[in-house]
Amino acid sequence: MQNLAIKVSNLGKAYRIGLKEKKQETLAGSIIAALKAPLRNFRKISNLNKLQNQDGGDDIFWANRNINFEVYKGEVLGIIGKNGAGKSTLLKLLSRITEPTEGRIEIHGKVASLLEVGTGFNPELTGSENIYLNGTILGLTRKEIDARYNDIVEFSGIEKFMETPVKRYSSGMKVRLAFAVAAHIDPEILIIDEVLAVGDAEFQKKCLGKMQEVAGKAGRTVLFVSHDMAAVKNLCTRAILLQNGSITYEGHPNDVVDYYLRNAAMIQNDTAGVSFENRKGNGKFIVTNFEFLNAAHQPVVVLETGMDAFLKVSYKSLEKSPNPVVNILIRNSYQQIIGNLLTRIAFPGVLKLAPEGYVLCHIPKLPFLPGRYTIDIMLKHDYDVTDQIEGLTIMEVEKGDFYGTGKIQDSMKDGLLVDHQWQVI
Amino acid sequence: MQKEPVVIIEPGSGIGSMNLKEVWRYKDLLYYMVLRDVTVLYKQTVLGFAWAIINPLFQVLIFSLVFGTLAGVKPDISGMPYPVFSALAVIPWTYFSNSLNLAGSSLISASAIFTKVYFPRIIIPLTPVFSKLVDFAISSLILAGMMAWFKYQPGHNIVFVLIPVLLVVLSSAGLGFWISSLSVQYRDFKFALSFMLPILMYVAPVAFPATLVLEKLGNTAFHLYALYPMVGAIEGFRTSFAVGKEMPWNLIAISSASALVIFISGIWYFKKMERHFADLA
Repeated sequence: MQNLAIKVSNLGKAYRIGLKEKKQETLAGSIIAALKAPLRNFRKISNLNKLQNQDGGDDIFWANRNINFEVYKGEVLGIIGKNGAGKSTLLKLLSRITEPTEGRIEIHGKVASLLEVGTGFNPELTGSENIYLNGTILGLTRKEIDARYNDIVEFSGIEKFMETPVKRYSSGMKVRLAFAVAAHIDPEILIIDEVLAVGDAEFQKKCLGKMQEVAGKAGRTVLFVSHDMAAVKNLCTRAILLQNGSITYEGHPNDVVDYYLRNAAMIQNDTAGVSFENRKGNGKFIVTNFEFLNAAHQPVVVLETGMDAFLKVSYKSLEKSPNPVVNILIRNSYQQIIGNLLTRIAFPGVLKLAPEGYVLCHIPKLPFLPGRYTIDIMLKHDYDVTDQIEGLTIMEVEKGDFYGTGKIQDSMKDGLLVDHQWQVI
Repeated sequence: MQKEPVVIIEPGSGIGSMNLKEVWRYKDLLYYMVLRDVTVLYKQTVLGFAWAIINPLFQVLIFSLVFGTLAGVKPDISGMPYPVFSALAVIPWTYFSNSLNLAGSSLISASAIFTKVYFPRIIIPLTPVFSKLVDFAISSLILAGMMAWFKYQPGHNIVFVLIPVLLVVLSSAGLGFWISSLSVQYRDFKFALSFMLPILMYVAPVAFPATLVLEKLGNTAFHLYALYPMVGAIEGFRTSFAVGKEMPWNLIAISSASALVIFISGIWYFKKMERHFADLA
């Protein structure tokens, strides 16, 4: 195929994980074990790089298995998945850092991979010395760096500090310089791991622009791993979803992101789910289930900043209620209440409910920053608490494009996003 | 249209990089790594490059006192004062010991780099082999100083001086390949090396002439002794400054053969292990 850039077939990578050693129970046993230790250690260490002929083989972990995909020239492929899904291993295999256990990768064209910015930076060297060191590590020749040097310095925006040792730089300056070098490698195939998650907002915008520029060039191929759903949607032409080391979904970035958000529960095992453990109240009007829904009313487990979201509260009422109230509290990681969703105030009129059913709470533009939030819920009959659950579930929010501008405010750590528009008169 | 490079990555085929073309393509990286080591080493020191002199100089002084004066070891080169005799061994030995020590632990210390980016890994142990040559050159000033002090003038053998130097470089590179790749997996080698180096120094003809082995242990032992590459290297280096003594070509030949075997097998082992480095480091 003429415009094939990368072809991956049946790719797999296995690692050995350490198994717990048997404990000796007698003194004699432990003395003998101690004497035998060097032999045992030798066997263990010399087997570190072998996978075959294992006794049992239950200490083998497949970080990637049965991976098949193709990338064509000019494509920008997004790779998403939970932590531990095998994204980093896949990138390491593609960048020739580690060798596959099975399968095959075919790469057409010059590759540069950025699994980290500033690899090999030496704090004692000056900015310009580090440009040359880092540039050659990334595969450029001295001549190529000479030709790009002025562009790199200009892009970094720290011209004045080129002759200063990098150890005197602020961390932001280091990142700027490192990204400036990375942005100018100009390979045919670029492999990037989350490097956009660095620097201040203004510089990030610049990097994003540079990436778009690279992606836009004819024949340039980009592979891009990210947790930033908005960036995947904006930059990529196609996306794949990794789950437990294999590809489970592939297609248009919007579809893949959507699928990922809906199925994150399956994908990720450590989601809390719904827990009714800390429950108080007289039990006359109770919560039976709680779910997050997307705009199409499909259940999702992970939300995206700025999305059109619904909170679905299923309930059961044991006696006809005079005046039912539903109250959802949202707490941040410091357990501070940052949202209070209350029917008594936000619902026009008086709530009338069937004995069993659900209510939906619509949040048209989710204002929460990426992170994990605790949801508490309280149901009342007038002012009597019938059901109160602390820590009912965890709301997980990923990065999203709140303002619809394609830009993401990353400098904020706390607080809520305020929906607003600017006008120039 | 330019032919585009196609890379195939498969198990066993190696993400290996030992093809010379690729190492050559990365020659600028080697250059900047060496430059980094040289510039960084003596930064923020008062004495700077003088440290490259102080260390071997004191060793020469102690050797001259202990072996030259107290033990009465006699140089086998007529007219050469003991301090010059021992400096001619201490200087190449210091290079060998420092570069091997750094090369041996180079992969472990560079793991943060090679687990993040691809380049021919062999550049990593090669870096100290080259960067320590700068120290070697600087410490050679000791020789110049001593020869001036003792009014000792080297003979025409001096034209051969680069041969033993090349032999030392070859030996420390070859052993560096072995020890660096072994110690990624077996960290024991890091400890073994630091305790072996002093032993290796006393075995090498640093404090005494190699001909002492010939005298005391006989001809066979003498030739077997030369299998230790530093024997040919040190004797060769020393003799290239001698007046009226033939270069010990037989020792140099044996040592060179042995160093070449170490070097080539070192490359072979490094290449074999290279694909596991990122997983083991």
